[in-house]
Amino acid sequence: MNEQGSIWLPESASTVAGDVDALFYFILVTSAIIFVGVMGAMVTFAWRYRRRSENDRPEPVRESKLVEASWIAIPSILVAVVFVWGFRVFLELGIAPPNSYEINVTARKWSWTFTYPNGAVSTDLHVPVNRPVKLRMISDDVVHSFFVPAFRVKADVLQGRYSYVWFEATRVDTFNIVCAEYCGTAHSDMYANVVVQSQDDFEGWLVENMDDGSLTPAQRGERSYELEGCWPCHSLDGTTLAGPTFLGLAGSTRNFTDGTSAVADDNYLRMSIVNPAQQVVEGFLPVMPQQYALDLSTEEIDALVEFIKEQQ
Amino acid sequence: MSEGSHNYLSARKGLWSWLATTDHKRIGILYAMACGTFFLLGGILATFVRTELGTPGETILDQDGYNQIFTLHGVVMVFLVIIPAIPGILGNFVLPIQIGAKDVAFPRLNLASWYLFMAGALMAVFGWLFVGNVDTGWTFYTPYSSGASNAVLWLTSAVFVAGFASIFTGLNFIVTVHKMRAPGMTWNRLPLFVWAIYATGIVQVLATPVIGITMVLLFLEKLMQIGIFDPALGGDPVLFQHFFWFYSHPAVYIMILPAMGIISDLMGTFSRQQVSGYTFIALSSVAIAFLGFLVWGHHMFVAGQSALSSIIFSMLTFLIGIPTGIKVFNWVATMYKGSVWLRTPMIYALMFLFLFSIGGLTGIMVGVLAVDVHLHDTYFVVAHFHYVMMGGALIGLIGGLHYWWPKITGRMYNETAGVIAAILVFIGFNVTFFPQFFLGSRGMPRRYHDYTELLPNFPEFAPLNLVSTIGSYILAVGLLMILVYALYSLFKGPKAPANPWGACTLEWTHTGRLPDEHNFHETPLVTRGPYDFRLADDVFGPKEED
Repeated sequence: MNEQGSIWLPESASTVAGDVDALFYFILVTSAIIFVGVMGAMVTFAWRYRRRSENDRPEPVRESKLVEASWIAIPSILVAVVFVWGFRVFLELGIAPPNSYEINVTARKWSWTFTYPNGAVSTDLHVPVNRPVKLRMISDDVVHSFFVPAFRVKADVLQGRYSYVWFEATRVDTFNIVCAEYCGTAHSDMYANVVVQSQDDFEGWLVENMDDGSLTPAQRGERSYELEGCWPCHSLDGTTLAGPTFLGLAGSTRNFTDGTSAVADDNYLRMSIVNPAQQVVEGFLPVMPQQYALDLSTEEIDALVEFIKEQQ
Repeated sequence: MSEGSHNYLSARKGLWSWLATTDHKRIGILYAMACGTFFLLGGILATFVRTELGTPGETILDQDGYNQIFTLHGVVMVFLVIIPAIPGILGNFVLPIQIGAKDVAFPRLNLASWYLFMAGALMAVFGWLFVGNVDTGWTFYTPYSSGASNAVLWLTSAVFVAGFASIFTGLNFIVTVHKMRAPGMTWNRLPLFVWAIYATGIVQVLATPVIGITMVLLFLEKLMQIGIFDPALGGDPVLFQHFFWFYSHPAVYIMILPAMGIISDLMGTFSRQQVSGYTFIALSSVAIAFLGFLVWGHHMFVAGQSALSSIIFSMLTFLIGIPTGIKVFNWVATMYKGSVWLRTPMIYALMFLFLFSIGGLTGIMVGVLAVDVHLHDTYFVVAHFHYVMMGGALIGLIGGLHYWWPKITGRMYNETAGVIAAILVFIGFNVTFFPQFFLGSRGMPRRYHDYTELLPNFPEFAPLNLVSTIGSYILAVGLLMILVYALYSLFKGPKAPANPWGACTLEWTHTGRLPDEHNFHETPLVTRGPYDFRLADDVFGPKEED
């Protein structure tokens, strides 16, 4: 229907969006007609048969078989229609074309990571236009949900089990990915972009973002900072989010919730990554996941420590 | 019957006469005070939620604070208000009198159910105040709740304990309806409110154990690390959602069926007409009680269940939706050629029809597979279930309380104040929740603390959120106004006649201004149906000549 969206629906930019929207508007209009009809009857009756004297005792009404049959039959037919229609579009949404381009998605509190077939990794999803893309998704921690309103697709992302979603973007632009399943503190900040690119631009981007081993440790730390999802909680500019900012952290004196304090040396930084609940800085809650000791290699942790030390 | 001296309020005095009462009417009032308090608490929490969302960015609560507040709002409203309120308050007070019984079948069990309910509620409050914060949402989804603070165990235990209160109440009503009906009170002559509470009892008894067991499993997993739900321990990540909705979908009928019963009684009494489709409404309540167990999967279309399951659940959902739609037609048809008296309770009944129709039709929307994929977990769903749960269940309760208020308290409330408050509630409700349909279908997910950062091409969410917040204040004013004139009526209201509405059910025709301690001096002999106004010469005097 309308690509720009309406008061009811956001802009649309995928091959399935038109079918979903058509069904949405069909149900909306049908519902509106039924609603107006029922309310019209209600108001009419309430007025037309208003009480005229206290001892009114109206004659019982004989129930009309025709009226009853029609108000059973018509809604039944209508819901049968929308069920079958919804079922067909659901299959379209559920079955990815066999030639789909596959991208792996990892969700965690509170960020997304996308891994491409050539090894490129990113925090925004880059996809080619006019080509079906299939996402294989898994969560590091709790249930998340991958939702792109403009594509009309959504699927929960589970821990320990893959789930899938596919779409084919129809124009070059940038759209939102949001997390639709409640996942804790920064749930409402767990968003990313889908960058839809032409096939050429997309391939160029893929090559650019391949990890060819030429980065310095601090650069690799910066990469981990983005891809492992440090950024939603730890700012680089001094802003306080769910966790302390990295700006000026290394070398400063930290005061902890248990009343002790320590200078943030290399070992402190390392310990704060692998066992974050051991010492919690005053003013913060012990909400950082414990998973990083398992998820990150020793080299990656070293690189992150280097990166944090550079933030002065 | 003489005034005053022998009614159920004056028969015994003192605090103990209330705390140890086995009188179903007094237990109903105990439930009313408890649920009223929790409704106030849940409502205050709701205004916090709306105030935070009124403007973009952090307004009054940080992220964690917001998450805790909406969790508590949900837990309090669902488990401590909507589920227990109508059976606990009006079911207890009205049902035994409506069938001509002296009390429920098991009066002590009835009192025990109130104490269990209070114990559950106090555990929830204790856990919240002294153990820690819970931010899991009222749905307690794993694995999120597996990793949450131990306070979640207090809340789940509270749900477990309060669940027994629900089971006891349901069991009591089922037995009471089967065994305690007065002579002549055949199944065809039961008021539809009784049918509804009876059907609700079936759901309470069959469904509530499932949530109890689920909460025990959650407990075992958290305390003893037995892998059931948490994939990290070898559990299944979706199993909890299946268990949870296997209870919580039928629980939706625990919430809405009693309200439908109230609406049936109101439509009949205030239209002074046979309720259209009596047999259909009565039996479909019971049918829904059973079918309600087969649709839990429609909460999980995008949760990773198989496509085949989703398709079957969607189809069953529509099977259950059709009878509900037909009920709405029946209620409207009840007014046809009736004598419609627009007093406050009837205004709430018409309001119910308006709001519940919107809730039902948007329920079709989210029941359609392909459309639900887009709408699931957005504000569209939030708006939908508030239209059903608040616009349906709670508006039904408020209407019922206005209807039976004179029988419970023996006093009238100010009719003008009642109408003004009803209008405020109606406007406030729609201004609060209708914009949320737009927010949701345009992509704003639910349980969001903030919506500023949604860039780049996202539609503006701020104006609609502001409208919704303003609506919630109007709604709050309307509800507080009810509280004020109800309290005034309690102490200063004019004394009510025994049957101010010209109703034909036993609680109005066979008791005095306030019922006796044992309801009736003599067991009533029932000779007509609950809505046979034409035959009710005892109410209206001998027929005028036509």
